[in-house]
Amino acid sequence: MAFPTYAGRLEKTWYYVFRIICGLILFFLMAPLVILIPLSFNAEPYFTFTSGMLSLDPDAFSIRWYQDFINNPQWIHSIKNSFIIGFFSTILATSLGTLAAWALSRSYTPFRVAIMGILISPMIVPIIISAAGMFFFYSKVGLAQTYPGLILAHTALGIPFVVITVTATLIGFDESLIRASASLGANLVTTWRNVVIPLILPGVVSGGLFAFVTSFDEIVAVLFLSGFEQRTIPRQMWAGIREQISPTILAVATILVLFSIALLTTVELLRRRSERLRGLTPS
Amino acid sequence: MSDKTSEITTRDGTPLKLSLHRAERSKKIRSFLFLIPTLTFILITFIIPLTDMLFRSVHTPEVGALLHHTVKSLQAWDGAGLPDEPAYYALTQELKLLKKDKTLGKVALRLNYEKSGMRSLLSKTARKLKNIHEGPFKNKMIEIDKRWGEREPWAVIKRLGKGLTFTHYLATFDMKYDVDGNITSVPEEVRIHTKIWLNTLWVSLAVTALCVLLGYPVAYLLANLPIRISNLLMICVLLPFWTSILVRLTSWIVLLQKQGVINDILVWVGIISDENRIRMIYNMTGTFVAMTQVLLPFMILPLYSVMKTIDPSYMRAGRSLGANPVRAFWEIYVPQTVAGIGAGSLLVFILAIGYYITPALVGGATGQLISNFIALHMGKTLNWGLAGAMGTTLLAGVLAIYWLYNRLVGIENMKLG
Repeated sequence: MAFPTYAGRLEKTWYYVFRIICGLILFFLMAPLVILIPLSFNAEPYFTFTSGMLSLDPDAFSIRWYQDFINNPQWIHSIKNSFIIGFFSTILATSLGTLAAWALSRSYTPFRVAIMGILISPMIVPIIISAAGMFFFYSKVGLAQTYPGLILAHTALGIPFVVITVTATLIGFDESLIRASASLGANLVTTWRNVVIPLILPGVVSGGLFAFVTSFDEIVAVLFLSGFEQRTIPRQMWAGIREQISPTILAVATILVLFSIALLTTVELLRRRSERLRGLTPS
Repeated sequence: MSDKTSEITTRDGTPLKLSLHRAERSKKIRSFLFLIPTLTFILITFIIPLTDMLFRSVHTPEVGALLHHTVKSLQAWDGAGLPDEPAYYALTQELKLLKKDKTLGKVALRLNYEKSGMRSLLSKTARKLKNIHEGPFKNKMIEIDKRWGEREPWAVIKRLGKGLTFTHYLATFDMKYDVDGNITSVPEEVRIHTKIWLNTLWVSLAVTALCVLLGYPVAYLLANLPIRISNLLMICVLLPFWTSILVRLTSWIVLLQKQGVINDILVWVGIISDENRIRMIYNMTGTFVAMTQVLLPFMILPLYSVMKTIDPSYMRAGRSLGANPVRAFWEIYVPQTVAGIGAGSLLVFILAIGYYITPALVGGATGQLISNFIALHMGKTLNWGLAGAMGTTLLAGVLAIYWLYNRLVGIENMKLG
């Protein structure tokens, strides 16, 4: 970037200082994610770099914490739990959320704003309050410490994200496309399959991913509602941090960082596809 | 009458206006039917549990149910002197009964939240009443414990016997009813909640301010770089956003603890000696650092989307009219970003004020916020009514800010990722 001709020396200096400041802030955001990766290969049970690691001695690195992770039945069990609960709550939240988003994106739907407020509320209410309320109520009806209980709780927490994401996609949806398709002789099923679904699918899938991540990362409701049997990955990490901190947790964390990179990439690709399909210029 | 002849009708003869109206209405009903499953689901799994908890904060059924006769005979008592013999009689009978049913603890615990010492008073009295079968019970009870000769225990029983009380809300702000039913502050040494509220408010405001301070430059840079580079740097903002909070907290512990990476580097460089390692975690500093890092993306994203729309020619125009860079920035650029600052700040503040996990894991003893106290009363002290009252108060605050957010930004414009 060339400087405008009127830029003084001070301004030019500031230009570089400013970039350094921004670099430091971005570093602050990324450092916690980056630092985990080398540390998880530590051969010693320490949470810091050993002198061997700093001199790049191959013996100072090992994959023992990854082996420990794979051979630990508790961790494996918690991964299974996270995926089971995540899968079912994503399916539920995506279908319910998409259904509602369809109606909420039509301007003629009655009580739109009020209903939107109610459906969004699980995202707004501080999680500790939601979790406490669910704990009392779910205990009363026998859902506490069960898989269905956790799935229902995570579905409720995931619905707002689906509603927001899918509504955003649907607001740009041109209803005359449906009429156009009908006038060309397509029946309702064909219209949905060939016109509506391809257009809204990217929005629905990214809404579903949001719901999945919400469930996958959720810890507070899990703390209140899960028994030992339903421990998820975050619950296991919570125990790891509070009770018996072992570097295995660094290996798990590294795997989760890679997992979130994959998720981020998927969502980004979907967003671009959706914008292209709807004829918006990519931002 | 000429109107009628010219009225447009559909093929079957109904006026067009009416038929359109009908079509419009069936469209409305159909779209509303789409909402019913989701709405029902949220109501049952979320809204009902929430209201259940809110109701718990004012509902006190134990005393009225288990000390039914005592409460009834206290109705006539005006609270000025001591109650009459019937009240003493009713209480002795009911205490004996509760002791036998093993339900005394429940009442005693509830009364104890209200006035500490009530639990031991009740169990002591119930124990000694075993040998007392004849009145006058008033004198004998005062003999057992002279506190029965004071008005306070009776006032507490009478107040809680009503079933609906605001005592938990008063406790939330370190206040209570005195013996005459007036609201007073609790003694200085047990005033903890007000401090936690102020602390939470202060931390949330400070974290919001920090996020503006750190988020503004980054958003500015991202909005003004060529799209290819800014997309690449955007990953640095979005990736933390998508990463599990527990991963990030684990990492902050690794970085900040006494034997952690940062302290090691500082010792190695020679800035501090090995004995004077800095305490950066398990206190307020830890809460601050981790919360700011977690919440910063929520500030950068709305700021970025506002800054993206600002035309750079305004700044150039300002410069050409003689403003120096600082003035051009402050008087032309910043005012155009106020909406973004507002949106980001409200969002960060709403999220910060309800934070639980971060303070719980890296806050130590001094870095705890209101949510942690709610969890404490839920899990440890088991004072669920107080937890409910604190939760309701917090919720009211959050909803007020959310209302403001909705007015200023609109929930539809909330950006995710």
